[in-house]
This record gives sequence, C-alpha cells and structure tokens, in this order.
Amino acid sequence: MTKLVISAIGPVSSIQDGGRFGAQRYGLTPGGAMDRLGLAAANCVAGNALLAPAIEIGPFGASVTARAGSVRVALAGAPRSADIDGRAVAWNSSVTIADGETLKLGMARGGSFSYLAIEGGISGEPIFGSVAVNARAGLGSPFPRPLQAGDELEVAPATQSPERWIDLPEAAAGPIRVVLGPQNDEFSDENVNLFLDSAWKISATSDRMGYRLEGPAIRHLHGHNIVSDGTVNGSIQVPGNGQPIVLMSDRGTSGGYPKIATVISADFGRFAQIPVGTAFRFKAISMEEAQAEARQFAECLRGLPGQCGSIENFDLNVEALQDANVAGVAVSAVDAGTWQIASMFETQSASGQET
Amino acid sequence: MTAPTISPPRLLPSGDSAMTVEFSRHIDEEANRRVLALDQILALEPIVGISETVPTYRSLLVHYDPSHIDFASLGQKLLALAERPVPPSKNIRHWRVPVTYGGEYGIDLEDVAKTLGTTPDDIVARHIAGDYRVAMIGFTPGWSYLSGLQESLYMPRRQNPRLLTPAGTISVGGVQAGIQCLAGPSGWHLLGCTPVRTYQLHRDPTFLLEPGDRVKFYQIDAKAFVEQERAAAHGEIIAEWVAA
Repeated sequence: MTKLVISAIGPVSSIQDGGRFGAQRYGLTPGGAMDRLGLAAANCVAGNALLAPAIEIGPFGASVTARAGSVRVALAGAPRSADIDGRAVAWNSSVTIADGETLKLGMARGGSFSYLAIEGGISGEPIFGSVAVNARAGLGSPFPRPLQAGDELEVAPATQSPERWIDLPEAAAGPIRVVLGPQNDEFSDENVNLFLDSAWKISATSDRMGYRLEGPAIRHLHGHNIVSDGTVNGSIQVPGNGQPIVLMSDRGTSGGYPKIATVISADFGRFAQIPVGTAFRFKAISMEEAQAEARQFAECLRGLPGQCGSIENFDLNVEALQDANVAGVAVSAVDAGTWQIASMFETQSASGQET
Repeated sequence: MTAPTISPPRLLPSGDSAMTVEFSRHIDEEANRRVLALDQILALEPIVGISETVPTYRSLLVHYDPSHIDFASLGQKLLALAERPVPPSKNIRHWRVPVTYGGEYGIDLEDVAKTLGTTPDDIVARHIAGDYRVAMIGFTPGWSYLSGLQESLYMPRRQNPRLLTPAGTISVGGVQAGIQCLAGPSGWHLLGCTPVRTYQLHRDPTFLLEPGDRVKFYQIDAKAFVEQERAAAHGEIIAEWVAA
C-alpha cells in the first residue's frame, strides 16, 4: 500500500475539507479549511473535487515522504520554499514524490496556511459529510486531531498523467471588507469609526477558533454581555477588554459578546492568511456590495478547473513559473528542531470564547 | 397568547451569508417560543437558499447562500412567516437527567451555598425543583442552555472563567442552567456532573436533546454515576424519556 508519511510538521496542521454543515443547531461548528480558495486550488491541481480533504499546513514547515510507491501532491495557499532533495518545486503546481523521496516545505511566506492535496484524495470516514479535524469535538478522519510526525496516510500511487498547474487570479489586496452588525448598535458611532479607522494586528495568541486583534480598545455602550446568539465565520466580537476577536473556522456556534461587524465571506480566506503582526485595516461595505462579492467569489471557485492545465514540458515550465514569481525557492532542508514554535498558535483555546 | 398583535422581529445582518432574526434582546420565554416556532415553520416549508438555521434564546440565525437569495428578499419572507401565530408545540419531549452533586463532581456547590447564604443540600433541592426547557444548544456540541432556573439560584458568572471544566458538567450562570457535554472552558458555577452524553458519536441519535425539550434533574450517588457513565460510554442513553 502506497503511503505518504508525515516526517515533520508544525502545530495547527490538520486534514481539512469544505467543512461539516447542518448541525450548528446542536453546537457543532462547521470547521473546514481556513482558506477555501487555497484548498480548492490545491485540489483542482491534484484532480480532486474542489473541497475534498487536503492537508492544511500551519505557519511552520513540514516534510512528507513517499513510501511503497510514488505519490503525486499539489501545493497551493500561502507560498513557501519547497524542494525534493534540492530540486525546487513550483507553487500552485503538482509534483510527484518518488518512492523514498521527501518533499520539504519551509515556513509560510506572506500567509499562514498552505494546502497539500494528494492525487486520488485522502480517504476517511466522514461525519456530517466531512472528515475535517475538529479536535475539540473529537472529529476528523483518519486522525481526530492535528497531524503529528510519524502519521501515515494511505494514498493512491501516482498516475502517469502529466504534472498540472493552476493560473490563479491575482490575489485581492486592500482592506478586509466587513458588513456592520449584527450588534453595531451596542457601540457609539465614535467607537464604530475607531474600529473602522484604526490599523489592527493579529495577536500571536490566535488559533483556528479565533483571531485576537491588537489595536485601540473599542468601548461598548451597555457593557460587554449580551444574551448569547449565533455566530458565523468572520463574526467580530468585542469582549470586555475592547480587543476584538474574529471568529474563525473552529468557532463556537454561539457567543455572548456584542458583534460589531462581520468579515465578508469573499474576504474570509484572505483574512485568515494575514500573518501574525502584520498591520491591516477594515472597510465597511454595503450588504448589496458584499453579496455581489460573495457571488463573484463562488463564480471564481467554480471557474478554477478552467484555469488548471497540464505541464507538458515540465523543465521549461518551471522556469516560466519562476519568471512569473510563483515558484518555490530551493533552500536548505527544513529542520523541525530549528522552528520557533514560541508564538503563534501555541495557546489552546486562545479565542476567548467561553460560555 | 394574550397579545393579539406581536411586534415584528428585527433583521440583523450577520455578514453576507447569514441573518439574525431577533425577537428580543433579553432572555424571554415568549421570544424563545417565537424563535422555535419560526424554526419549525422553516423546517416544514423550506425557503430555497437557506442552508441551516440555529435557534438561540432570543433569535434565529438563518444561514443562506446569497447566490440563491438576497438579504432583502429573504428578510421579507422571514418577516411574513414570523407574523404567523405560534403553532401549538409538537410532541414536547420530557427528559429526566441524573446528576451527582458536589465534591469532585461539582466543585462550586459549597461556594454557591455560601454566597447564597444556605446549605449545599438546599442548593441541590432548588436545582432539582426547577422545570427546565432547552432554550438553545450551542457553543460546543451538545452544550444545552436551559431556561427555567429558580430565581433563588440566579448568580453572576465567575469573574475568571475556567479554561477547562469536565465533560458532563451541570452548572448555573446568570439566569441560566446548563448541561455541558464536552470538556471545555466555562465561566459558570459547577454544581454537579451527569453521566448523560447529550452528544455522542456513533450513537443514534448523535444529539440527544432538541431545542424545546423539557428537562428535570434527579440526584444519584457517586457509585451510580460510575456505573451509568460506563454504560453511557458504550452508547447507552442514560437520560430517561418520559411520555408527556
């Protein structure tokens, strides 16, 4: 049986897919990939369904080894250095790891999460339609927990078809767009403006449940306790200390802090990719604009297969890809011992959500 | 149903793919009934584009796909449905849930008794006396928020929430009572523990309680707890279902 062995991997790395829906009424969070576009792009290149399970790799490095056969993988999401025994591997492309070879990935650059999809997919037992890891609820398959060094995934051996790559539309830039509400009336106009006009940074004590923001304290009009109500991906709640928390894929399904605004769905993945410590801003847009963006994002996802193509002459095309600045850079081997796992994502339950 | 006219709910945007239909800002039995009624109507008469609904104490969160329906059109439909009279509750289910109180099972029982100027036994008696209704399930899988707590047990939440409280915790916080299924953070006061799992994988049903269900607690000793927990771990449903 062909296997992909996790030789080394940092924290907050797990198998994720499109998420599980339909049980939020029972407190079960959808979970799923932090950046759906990155997940879909990797799967598209690997020839899988767009929201099929793939390995979501957190900010730190990783290396995977093929055993008992060669394994074809595809890389997308936050770019990183990537090489197989010193041979540079292009980003947004597939590559075949020969039996016994190791693909080494460096730290994420200009983002937080990368996606490694495997040709033929990752088999697991779906619960509520998903194998995505939700460690808190004991969900996820084949492992109901983040990936660890030594884990082995049973995979299909690589096919003989040509390698593939994807020409992704240029990433959107600019402020993270929000729709105000549902509880923006729990804040004065002055404080809503302070929220919209300030530069924010993502705190190192963030995780897949929530991103804590650092910036000016946002004050409430009537205190920070509201009667708990439902949350969505991108809900921006403001607890007592005035430092907003953006609820992410593993959020609690309900929360008791006022929510000043919500990140639009088209910008959620882009927001999830903002690295710790990088300054960014929010911008409020109308519901009509936000829904138009959501429809356009759905179109963009649906259109990905049309942007995928074969690399007939791989050597030539790697150069072309490097010219286009999408290729990984060959660097020295990734040594797990050198990773500085001291800051981001070290804290469990950092999101500040509690009952 | 005394009021012939009911005020329409507020439609609050929760991003571009969800809408909060808010009936009240407070914990309010009538608002919760209307939340559950709208939820029930949507289950019977689905609106194309709605992917799932999440009832809470005072509002219904409606997740939808803006590629299928926009905020304004969906809002109009929901307002029209919310005007319908609250239908008579369908087959309300009554559950009896065993609890082991105090000691290592409920580490705050003594403190709660001290704060309220009474004995631990009296706190247990007050907790057992309550007729509870599952107002919502949320936060983490199976976390059931109950209304119907006796006023004499109202207490502000803890100043410092605990980062980890045990699975099966039975607690009170503010005007609410709770059944917690998984271990996790909580700012509530821990009175006891139940062997009942409101959420358990590979059991049918995975989720035991539904919003609107009724709950009564009864006391069991530590020995019974251990036995029942073993049975629960094997997928047995420990809570007793009582026909209405």
